Amino acid sequence: MAERVGVYVCHCGSNIAGVVDVAEITRWAGTLEDVVVSREYKFLCSSLGQAMIADDIRGERLTRIVVAACSPHLHEKTFRRACANAGLNPFLLQMANIREHVSWVTKEKQTATDKVKALVAGAVARVKRHCPLEPMPVKVNPHTLVLGGGIAGIQAALELGDAGYPVYLVEREPSIGGHMAQYDKTFPTLDCAACILTPKMSEVGQHENIKLLTYSELEEVSGSIGNFKVRIRRKARYVREDVCTGCGLCIEKCPRKVVDEVFEAGMGYRKAIYTPFPQAVPKIPVIDRGSCIWFERGKCRVCEKLCPPSAIAFDQQDEILELEVGNIILATGWDLFDCRRIPQYGYGRLANVFTSLEFERMCNASGPTGGRIVLRDGVTVPQSVCIVHCVGSRDANYNTYCSGICCMLSLKLGHLVMEKTEAKVYACYIDMRPNKKDYEEFYWRLLDGGMLFVRGKVAEVTDMARLPQEEGKLIVQVEDTLLGKQRRIPVDMVVLMGAIEPRRDARETGLKAGISCSMAGWYIERHVKLDPVATMTEGVFIAGACHGPKDIPDSVAQGAAAAARVQGMITKGTVMIEPVVASISADNCSGCRICNNLCPFNAIDFLTEEKVSKVNPALCKGCGTCVAACPAGAITGAHFSNDQVGAEIEGLLWDAHGDGQPAMAEDALTLELAVS
Amino acid sequence: MQREIYEPKIIGFFCNWCSYRAADGAGTARIKHSPNVRVIRLMCSGRVDPVFVLKALSLGADGVLIAGCHPGECHYIEQNYKTMRRFALLKHTLRAFGISERRVRLVWASAAEASQLTEAINELVEDIRTLGPLRWPANWAEDDGHLPAVDRILLEHQSAMEIGR
Repeated sequence: MAERVGVYVCHCGSNIAGVVDVAEITRWAGTLEDVVVSREYKFLCSSLGQAMIADDIRGERLTRIVVAACSPHLHEKTFRRACANAGLNPFLLQMANIREHVSWVTKEKQTATDKVKALVAGAVARVKRHCPLEPMPVKVNPHTLVLGGGIAGIQAALELGDAGYPVYLVEREPSIGGHMAQYDKTFPTLDCAACILTPKMSEVGQHENIKLLTYSELEEVSGSIGNFKVRIRRKARYVREDVCTGCGLCIEKCPRKVVDEVFEAGMGYRKAIYTPFPQAVPKIPVIDRGSCIWFERGKCRVCEKLCPPSAIAFDQQDEILELEVGNIILATGWDLFDCRRIPQYGYGRLANVFTSLEFERMCNASGPTGGRIVLRDGVTVPQSVCIVHCVGSRDANYNTYCSGICCMLSLKLGHLVMEKTEAKVYACYIDMRPNKKDYEEFYWRLLDGGMLFVRGKVAEVTDMARLPQEEGKLIVQVEDTLLGKQRRIPVDMVVLMGAIEPRRDARETGLKAGISCSMAGWYIERHVKLDPVATMTEGVFIAGACHGPKDIPDSVAQGAAAAARVQGMITKGTVMIEPVVASISADNCSGCRICNNLCPFNAIDFLTEEKVSKVNPALCKGCGTCVAACPAGAITGAHFSNDQVGAEIEGLLWDAHGDGQPAMAEDALTLELAVS
Repeated sequence: MQREIYEPKIIGFFCNWCSYRAADGAGTARIKHSPNVRVIRLMCSGRVDPVFVLKALSLGADGVLIAGCHPGECHYIEQNYKTMRRFALLKHTLRAFGISERRVRLVWASAAEASQLTEAINELVEDIRTLGPLRWPANWAEDDGHLPAVDRILLEHQSAMEIGR
C-alpha cells in the first residue's frame, strides 16, 4: 500500500517566506508521488499549526509527515509530539531544514526556492522509508554529580540536596568556595563575600545529602543519561579525612612556606601543609607533595609527630572512585587572563602593576596585607591608582568577547581604594557596561564620589618619565576619546582588569562529558535563549562561568536552574531515549567480527555458539559506524538505514539525473559493492 | 552575452553533533554562502558508507562534502578516525573510477565553526566549478558500459599491489 504523505511548509513569519517562494514549494510538493496533502502556514510550531497537522493525520489518514521549517535541533521534538498526539508514530516524521540551511544563508529567491525543492524532495523520499520506532524508557539514577565547588556548583548541590536527592560535589582544590571565596566585597551592594558565601559552604559540608569530594578530579565519564558511570581521582591528601579534627596545629608548625599561586594569586604564602583559607570546607588540610620537605629530602615529618589525633598518613595514594549518577552538572568556572601576554601593560615587569585577582586579595581583610592597599613594597600607600579595563577582552588580538563583569569589578575596586586610602582613582574604559539591576546606580555613585573616568583604551603603561612630575611613577598612556587628546596619567599603581577566560582544561573536561566548546572555549548550551543550562548531550548540564563570563547573581541563578532541570528528571523517574541504535540480522551476519572492534562502547558482543555478532541496545549510542562497515550489510541503523539515507540522496538529487539514466546508477552501485 | 555560471550539485553528509550544528550556526549568524550543498544529517561521520558517496555521484551529484567533528572531539569518542581511514580508501576507489579526488572532501568543523564551515563549502563549490560537471550517469551511457571501468579498477589494483611485475 502506498504511503499517504503530508508536506507542511512553514513561513516562519518572513524568516522563510521572505526568501523562499513558499506558495510555489507547496504547489510543487503536492505533485510529488504519494504526497496527498501539501500546505503552507505562517508558524507551524504554533499550537494552531500543530493542530492543522494533527487534523490532517486523522482526517486525511496521513501515514507520513514532512515538515519543511527550521532545524530539527530546534523543533523536531515539537512536531514529533504533534504526530504522537494524533496517533501517528513520532518517527514517521522528517524535517527539511529550510531556514538555517536555506533562507537564512541564501541571497537569491530563485536559488533558495530551488534548494528548498531538493530538500523537500529528499525528505519526502526518505520519510516513505521510515519505520515506526518506540523510544526506550531508561530509569534515572537519583544521584547527581556536580563538578566544581564554586558558587554555581554550591548552589546546584544545595538545591538538589535540599530537595532530598543525593549529590556528589567534586572540587579540584582542597576547599570549595571557588573564586568568590577570594573576594572581600561583592558588587553592587558591597556586602562581604565571606559573609554570604561561608554559610553556604558550611551548609554543603554538613549536608546529609551532599557527599563532598575535594582535592579530586574527574577522570572519565561513560554511560548515558540516567546511568552515567564516572571515575573520580581522589588525590592523596596525606591527611586522613576521617581522623583529622581540623585543629590546624600541623599548619602552624610546618617549617616550609611557599608562595600561594592559587588562592592568594601569588600575593601571599601558605605552608606545605595547608588549607587555602581559614574558613575552608572541609577544614581538613592537604600536604602539597611538591613543596613538602619530607617528600623532597626524606626528613621532617613534623606534622606527623605533632598531630594530636595522628591523622597524617604519608603513605596515602591517589584513589579512584567509581560513582554511578543519573545526571551531571558541570560548573567548572573560569581562569584569569594571563596579563603577561600584553607586554606593553608591564605586568610581571613593572612591580606596581597588579591583576584584578591580586588586588582582590590585597583588599581582603584576611588577605596577605590584612586589607591594606599598598604598593609591592608592602608599606607605601598609593597616592593614585589607575584601573585599566578590557585587558585581553574586546580585543581582536586576544579575546573578542566582553568579559561582562569587569566594569562593575572596576567600580567596586575603585570604591574600595577611595574608602581605604586618600588616593585618586582613574578608570580607563572603552565603554561602561553596568547593565543589570542596581548596577547603573552604583556607577552613578562612583561618578558622584569622585572616581575619575577616562574613555579610551590604554596604549601603554611605562616607567619612562618624560616630565619631572612623572619621575618614579607609572605613566598610563591613553587617548581620551571624549577630549580627543592623548594623555599621560602618572600614577603609583595600575590594576589590570584581566579577561575572564574558560578554565585551561575546559575543553578536555567537556570532551570527557561529551559536550563541545565554543571557539573561545566556553561550553555550548543546547539553545542560546531557550535552553541555557542543558547541552546537546542528554543528562549533562552546565552552570556558571564555564558557559561564559558571569557575575555571582547569574552563576547562582544558573546553578539553581541546572538543579531544577535535574530534579525534574529524577522526580519523573524515567526518561525516554531515542531508539536510534544498530541491530544485526543473525541470518545475514557472517561472523567476520569486523564490527566488534569498531565500537568504542563495547556494545557489540560475539556470540561464540551461534557465531554471529549481536548489538546490546543499552550500550549502543547509535553512531552507525558499524552499519557502514559491515561487509555483509547485516547491520541496520535504526532511523538511518542504508535504505533511508539512499532514498534521501535520490530525493535530494531529483533534478540532477535527468540527462543520464537512473537505471545506470543502480549498475554503478552494484558495481561498487562487488568491488568492496 | 553573459555566460551562465555552472552551479554544481553537491551532497553533504554532516554529523549531528558538530558539523550539522555548525551549519545551523551559519544560519543563525546569517552567514551567506553557496547554496549548492544539500545536507544529509547523520549521527556521525562514521556512518558515511562509501557507497553513499558513490551513490550520490552516480545519481548526478558533482561532488560530496563529508563533515565531522575534529579529530579527538568526536561525540562517539573516536569514530571520526574511522571516517578518516575510510576516506583514504574511498579516494583510491574514486581514482579507479577516474573521478577527481577534489570532488569529494572531508572537513572537520566543531559546532562553533560556522564561518570555517561556510568557507569550506564556498571553496569546494568554486573548485568543482573549475572541474565542471561530473555527469556520471551520462558518462556511463556514452561509455560502452561499466566493464571497462571494472578493468580499470583491476589494473589500478594490480599496480597498487605490484602484481605481475
